[in-house]
Amino acid sequence: MLLGPALFVSAVLFALGVAGVLLRRNAIVIFMCVELMLNAVNLTFVALAQTLGIAGQIIVFFVMAVAAAEAAVGLAILLAIFRHRGTLDLQNIHLLKG
Amino acid sequence: MPGTVLGYLWLVPALPLAGFVANGTLALVAPERKRLVSVIGVGVLVAAFALAVAIVLELAHLHPDAPLVLRLWSWLPVGALQVNVALELDPLSAVMLLVVTGVSALIHVYSVGYMQNDPGYARYFAELNLFVFFMLTLVLGANFPVVFVGWVGGGLCSYLLIGFWFAEKINTDAALKAFIMNRIGDCGFLLAMFLLFRYTGTLDFTTVFAAAPTAFRAGGGPITAVALLLFLGCTGKSAQIPLYTWLPDAMQGPTPVSALIHAATMVTAGVYLVARCGVLFALAPLAGAAVAGIGALTALFAATIALQQWDIKKVLAYSTISQLGLMFLGVGSGAYAAGIFHLTTHACFKALLFLGAGSVIHAVQHACHATDSHEDPQDLRNMGGLRLALPWTCAAMWVATLAMAGVPPFAGFFSKDEILAAAFARGAAEPAWYVFWAAGLASALCTAFYMTRLMLYTFHGPNRTGEGERAHLHEAPGIMTGPVLVLGGLTAVAGVLNVPPFLGGSARLERWLEPVTQAATRLAPLPALAPATEALLTGFAVAIAVAGIGGAWRLLDPARLVPARLARPERGLRRLLAKRYYIDELYNTFIVRPIRWVSEKVLWQFVDRRLLDGAGVNGAARLAQAAGWVGSRLQTGDLGFYVVVFVAGVVLVLGAALR
Repeated sequence: MLLGPALFVSAVLFALGVAGVLLRRNAIVIFMCVELMLNAVNLTFVALAQTLGIAGQIIVFFVMAVAAAEAAVGLAILLAIFRHRGTLDLQNIHLLKG
Repeated sequence: MPGTVLGYLWLVPALPLAGFVANGTLALVAPERKRLVSVIGVGVLVAAFALAVAIVLELAHLHPDAPLVLRLWSWLPVGALQVNVALELDPLSAVMLLVVTGVSALIHVYSVGYMQNDPGYARYFAELNLFVFFMLTLVLGANFPVVFVGWVGGGLCSYLLIGFWFAEKINTDAALKAFIMNRIGDCGFLLAMFLLFRYTGTLDFTTVFAAAPTAFRAGGGPITAVALLLFLGCTGKSAQIPLYTWLPDAMQGPTPVSALIHAATMVTAGVYLVARCGVLFALAPLAGAAVAGIGALTALFAATIALQQWDIKKVLAYSTISQLGLMFLGVGSGAYAAGIFHLTTHACFKALLFLGAGSVIHAVQHACHATDSHEDPQDLRNMGGLRLALPWTCAAMWVATLAMAGVPPFAGFFSKDEILAAAFARGAAEPAWYVFWAAGLASALCTAFYMTRLMLYTFHGPNRTGEGERAHLHEAPGIMTGPVLVLGGLTAVAGVLNVPPFLGGSARLERWLEPVTQAATRLAPLPALAPATEALLTGFAVAIAVAGIGGAWRLLDPARLVPARLARPERGLRRLLAKRYYIDELYNTFIVRPIRWVSEKVLWQFVDRRLLDGAGVNGAARLAQAAGWVGSRLQTGDLGFYVVVFVAGVVLVLGAALR
């Protein structure tokens, strides 16, 4: 049921996420775009689970758990960077280079 | 080998080896126990000599046609190459066995007196024992590799003993020079072995010599190369042109070492090798001529240098080179028995001369020491009139001088005469040998002259040591004079070994060596001389000897000689001779310095530092660094750039995977 529209929405969400990561400067926004991509993938899994079996739904829980962990660590790092440098603009955060 | 005393042949080299081990241990743990060292050092040699005598008597009793081979163990079993550690006893090695053990035993006894006060006494005897072991390995080896071990080991001991007083740089330099020049010759020996194995498939003497006439075309390239390469080895070991310059420098070692290694035994190894490989040289006439020619040239060349040397040991060193040249003239002419005969007599009289010179130096050195004088105790100009202080040494050395000059009935007369007669006999077919003969004869004249000069300046005329020193001059102790007198006796009578038929003898040594030499003489027979011609030649040689002695007696006046520190430098030809034709300087300029230049400027500074270090090692490092720099340009630190690259990468990979 409605597999095509579900996958289409998922693709749109994923493309929005990628575009956000590529185009935005603010680290928080980029972070949210990453989450958007993860959830787009989740939607794909759930949609496909309708026809391919329960495994897709289980994987969604794993992705959510990883996303939560990633959010905790990632937000902590962003907080530390902000305290240290007073900005979250990625163009100003480029100390690690060869 | 039968269960007789011949089965104990291995014990002859093993005894000095045991002596080396014992004395070497003592040198490390208890170098002050000189009495024990002397007992071991001399004892093993005396035992070895006694055993050698018993073995040779047994061999003479059996008189087998084939050599007796005692196979000890398998050494290099590599496919077709089977090399055993094996000893071979035949008439030739029997002669060498007696010469080596006999002269070594006497010189060991002498060394007890000569080295008495030396702190390195135990080390000295250890090294001297080791040398005798290697020398016996050389003369008893039944194949080329075993002989090569003795050959190189002898060179090692020569190196150790020349540099015995290693605290002085001049001694270690001389030792290195000897070692390096010998290595050049060893290289020839090795290449000859490789070629022999390539063509005959074996390295054992008996099989090589049996196979050689069929494996090689007579006079062809390979056999000539083998013989010439072997002879290159001989020029190194036996100090012939062009590799002779190490021997005069080798006189930096203790005098008994000069007597044993650099006069009586090791330097004659080349003559032994040519005689042993007579078949190979008989198959290569060109190489035989080269041996004879180089020998004759060396004999004359070195004899002229000896005419104007002031160091008593240098005179004897050049005399040794000259006499070795004469032996090579003999074996190169195909007169193997004559060459070995001269080797034997030379071992007696040259060992005697060196030991006598040792006694003289000992006396003068002690006298100088007693008065804190710093004169050179080896310079003939600082001696003179020593016959009163050293009557026994003087008498024995006169016997050796007459023997070497070729005055009958002393030993050298018979042996030298036979060599010259053989060269002359060859001349009938190939006139080049007349030139060699003439060179040999001229060298005999020089020999008579320089030996008389040495005796005159050392023992006769007024004494030039100085007033204070004169009272301290005395004959060497009995343990030193004894061996000298024994050798004097041998020198006087050794000629009976091989009295030629035209003088009423039976050429005993020649017949004794026949089983060894006949294979070679069958390939290249030595033309016989009419007895009348032989007698004429002999008369001529004696006249030459007498002329040399008489000439020296008339021309040289010891009374006009002044001590070395007052002497003015020589001029003209004398200067050329005193400076040894500037051969060392020529070698330095044209060989040593170019090699050093190439090593330093090309090999070190260019090849090593620029090419290997610069381009190779550092170049590889720089290449990695450059690649790393290029890669590091991607690390901009700009997260946006990373993400763009990342996405582009994902798209590329996915695109490639889905296509």
